[in-house]
Amino acid sequence: MNSALLLILLLIPLLGAAIVALLPRGKDELIRPAALITTLANFVVSLLALGLFDWKNTGDMQLVASFAWVKSFGLTFGFGVDSVSLWLIMLTTFLMPIIILGSFSAVTHRVKEFFLWLLILETAMIGTFIATDVIFFYICFEFTLIPLYFLIGIYGSTQRLRAAKVFFLYTFTGSMLTFAGVLWVAWYNANLNPLEFATLPNAGQWSFAIADLVAAAHTMSATQQAWVLGALCAGFAVKVPIFPVHTWLPLAHTEAPTAGSVILAGVLLKLGTYGLLRLAIPMCPIAVVEYAPVIGTLAVIGILYTGLICWVQKDIKKLVAYSSVSHLGFCVLGMFALGSNIIGPSGSVMYMINHGLSTGALFLCIGMIYERFHTREMRQYGGFAKVMPIWSFFMVFFCMASVGLPGLNGFIGEFLTLMGAFTSTDTLGPAFAFPAGIGMIIGAIYILYMVGKVVFGPVKVPEHDHGHSAAAADSHGHGHDSHHDAHHVKDLSAREITTLVPLAIGCLVLGLFPNLILTTLDAPVEKIVAAASQHVQERKVQLVETTKTEQEIGMNRGLESETEKTLLVPADLKPQASITEARR
Amino acid sequence: MNPMLEKLLFLWPEIIMLTGGVACLLIGLASKASVRRATVAVAAGTLVLAGVAAVIVSDPAFVSAERLASLSPMATYVKLAVVGIGLLLLMVAARVPEKLHTTIDSEQPTEDGRSWDPALAVRGEFFGFFLFSLTGVMLCAGASDLAWLFLALELVSLPTYVMIAISRDKLEAQESAVKYFFLGALAVAIFLYGFALIYGATGFTTFAEIRATIVAQMAAGQGMSPLLILGIALSVIGISFKIAAAPMQFYAADVYEGAASPVTAFLAFVPKAAGFVSLILLLDLVRSPAGELPTQIVVLLSIMAAVTMTYGNVMGLLQTNLKRMLGYSSIAHSGYMIIGLLAASTSTGSTLESGTAGILFYLVAYGLGNLGGFAVLACIEKQGDEAQQIEDLNGLSQRNPILAAIMLISMLSLIGLPPMIGFIGKIYLFSPAVADHLWLVVLAVINSAISGAYYLRVTAACYFGEPSKAAGSSEITDNPPRRTAALIAAVAAIVIGLTAGWLVDAARQATLVSKVSAPTVERPAVPSIINTVEQRASAN
Repeated sequence: MNSALLLILLLIPLLGAAIVALLPRGKDELIRPAALITTLANFVVSLLALGLFDWKNTGDMQLVASFAWVKSFGLTFGFGVDSVSLWLIMLTTFLMPIIILGSFSAVTHRVKEFFLWLLILETAMIGTFIATDVIFFYICFEFTLIPLYFLIGIYGSTQRLRAAKVFFLYTFTGSMLTFAGVLWVAWYNANLNPLEFATLPNAGQWSFAIADLVAAAHTMSATQQAWVLGALCAGFAVKVPIFPVHTWLPLAHTEAPTAGSVILAGVLLKLGTYGLLRLAIPMCPIAVVEYAPVIGTLAVIGILYTGLICWVQKDIKKLVAYSSVSHLGFCVLGMFALGSNIIGPSGSVMYMINHGLSTGALFLCIGMIYERFHTREMRQYGGFAKVMPIWSFFMVFFCMASVGLPGLNGFIGEFLTLMGAFTSTDTLGPAFAFPAGIGMIIGAIYILYMVGKVVFGPVKVPEHDHGHSAAAADSHGHGHDSHHDAHHVKDLSAREITTLVPLAIGCLVLGLFPNLILTTLDAPVEKIVAAASQHVQERKVQLVETTKTEQEIGMNRGLESETEKTLLVPADLKPQASITEARR
Repeated sequence: MNPMLEKLLFLWPEIIMLTGGVACLLIGLASKASVRRATVAVAAGTLVLAGVAAVIVSDPAFVSAERLASLSPMATYVKLAVVGIGLLLLMVAARVPEKLHTTIDSEQPTEDGRSWDPALAVRGEFFGFFLFSLTGVMLCAGASDLAWLFLALELVSLPTYVMIAISRDKLEAQESAVKYFFLGALAVAIFLYGFALIYGATGFTTFAEIRATIVAQMAAGQGMSPLLILGIALSVIGISFKIAAAPMQFYAADVYEGAASPVTAFLAFVPKAAGFVSLILLLDLVRSPAGELPTQIVVLLSIMAAVTMTYGNVMGLLQTNLKRMLGYSSIAHSGYMIIGLLAASTSTGSTLESGTAGILFYLVAYGLGNLGGFAVLACIEKQGDEAQQIEDLNGLSQRNPILAAIMLISMLSLIGLPPMIGFIGKIYLFSPAVADHLWLVVLAVINSAISGAYYLRVTAACYFGEPSKAAGSSEITDNPPRRTAALIAAVAAIVIGLTAGWLVDAARQATLVSKVSAPTVERPAVPSIINTVEQRASAN
């Protein structure tokens, strides 16, 4: 039963999708509840998983199961969760019913397809988090593209076709390189001499189990690891997204329907950071440590650059989209803050969950006013505290959560990732943490600026037509101050409040009791970063020794030769050459 | 027993196919319309029978193990694959003759006063040649002699020239056929010259003896003669016409565009299968025991692979005509499959180290995706003629969700997106090459990403486009066999993708003994041609 639980979790949305597919077209009043019930059922099952999970060994893969797929390739459908993946699954199953409930009124044409794709998307997302086989992981990771491609392309706003195409091609190109990297690691593992590497579980055989590949990858040289890291990052960095490959995101986010944006911000971006955490960091510990400053620099540039973009943003949805890039920068920064402690990486996991809640909620809020006024231009909104007080309350609440007001959930992630960056002097250190801290201030500025404009100040309500479709109404609403409209504007309906309240509770609970999650993260995160931390320690020892010798000899050496020495790497630039020779 | 008789035992499937083909030719000329209409059923029955025969002659329960040892398992795999996909292709093409002006399906004269004229009817030829061409692929897979291989390859191509010309009442079809014929003849000349050089270098035409001679030459430390290398290189270049790979790929889009869509689907798969099977056999002649090819051939194939896939994908990006686009996609996929030829292929080692097995698997994967795409396209008509433009698919998801879903699955499978069969195909094809040809694998994955752009354009038209209601816009035709074939292909693409193990293993099994075993007879290291002729004479 325990081992089948994850399979059930994976199959329920698929079953729901099948039911939705069989319901006749146009029976929207049946399709919507069917989708909602499916996702609620899945949430219940995930709660069950939470109950069956052994919280004493959070670092171990639990509820494992494995089905042979292509035996002669060593391919399996392998499932299992540790606490990191379990919390991310919880985030997914928690957000899905909210998203579906939130889309009840937003989607009015081709309703069936909409919920069909949403449910398929849920399957793919859950699959990514539970996979213990790298190809299974990759399949689900890739397959998230298709549903979202259709969600953006069919239900998005004016530039939806371009957004859908850019989104798909950008991420697909990146992940194809990841695919090549994964094949290479699998090939490397299959060609290890099993006698020489007796400690490795499956050396010398084709296997795609993540654990096997991680173990095998540890025997690679630093150069080889660097190539693998590069290949993995090609896919994951695009998904996260890390500067400078973030350019697809604002477009996709802005054009996507609300549900698409919420899923994108809430879960899909986390697939990238999860991939980095699950594959890249354990697989290439040496390369990760050596290249942490590079990735850290990109993260910091991302934080500051997109923060500044947000500051001048006129489009309210784009603002939140860019803020996502900025926030994910913190997440990546924390993840690569490797060293003696695990504050950074576990803070980064916290950040993933918190960002999913608060930014997801922000997109929902924006979707609610977009549905009413069909414009995203900030200057057309103003003083909504008077017009839509309930909406304004939630908006301010989630903005506060997003900027990291202590007591709400955003704070803990931001604090931990920054602290991790500060204390990890061997990889990142204050030189990275300080500008990131400035980024945090910028973050507060642009969010508060937006809140100040939209929620407070003189009342401005965009002109709007009731009951017009999004596409038709896009040409309308070139703002006039229309005070008289203020009376007609309906504040949030009960359904809308129902979608926001669970998110608000989630933000509050995680803000006040972060230890609920934080304490369970220690074991798995420690396991994930163990090899990297070890390398940091070794390098430190090396560095001390090198400096000593240098002082004794009294020579001034260039920085380059120093690093080279500490790497302890045979200088071989062609990763494949040495292996090929070894094989012969 | 006479070796020819021994061979005959394994040729039952081919014999059935040829007989069936001839039967189709005859039935197509029957004076009763209802009998004529049964031609396609005869063709289908023939294919099924041939499939059964292929299973029987490879089954130890029916054939003694001793004899079975001389049957190449690759032949069985290819025969079954050809029968399977051939049946689907036949369903797609089932109603092609009915569309033709010359085909008259009733006893009475038509409205414009024409009555049935056996001199004009082409139904028999169409299905007869359909079967002949497939027979050619089957014969290729079982070939053990250069002359046999040559004849088999020609048996694949010659019927297709006719099929293209008669498939549509349009001049374009005949233009395509003529283009295809002349370029095909050029290609034949090239690879025949290559075969001749191989014969000249080794003194034999049978694979076993050629192989033995090469092994003996290598053992004597002479290395491979330049003549032999040149012969293999010319053969590869000549056969690249069949697989639509550089440097002989230029015809593909033009020819594909002119033929009727069902015939194009046939062209994109059948000659390609024959070509790759022949290349596998030919290159096996010069592989080292570790499965490596001579350097010159490696260089040639690497360049071919790189140019072919990049050319195919870049040109595919520029198309608005779906048939041309699928033509270029066909070129690109040949490029991927050439990587499989390059990867060292040995009988030992694990499954993921056999590029040959990868090709055999990928042929099926490509065949299904390609067939789904063409079949859906063939279901759509515009002003009485077949639709060709991508925009003709606009809004297909709202007009016919099932056809749209089939198109989606086919395109995703061709992109290589998991969990469709195309993805497993790519793992199978690329993994063996990671070891020695990593740059090609990287180029191939980049190419896959490029290909995503144009395959997506098709799905975008189906799902995001608005159906046009103007007069003269495309409409969906009712063609149950064609739709069923498309549906089967799409379902198979997913189901085989999710349960790929059996087909993966079957492809691997097919390569295990496919190497020509060296004969036990001692041969002189470099036999002169005269010697050989004398041996021949005495043997007879």
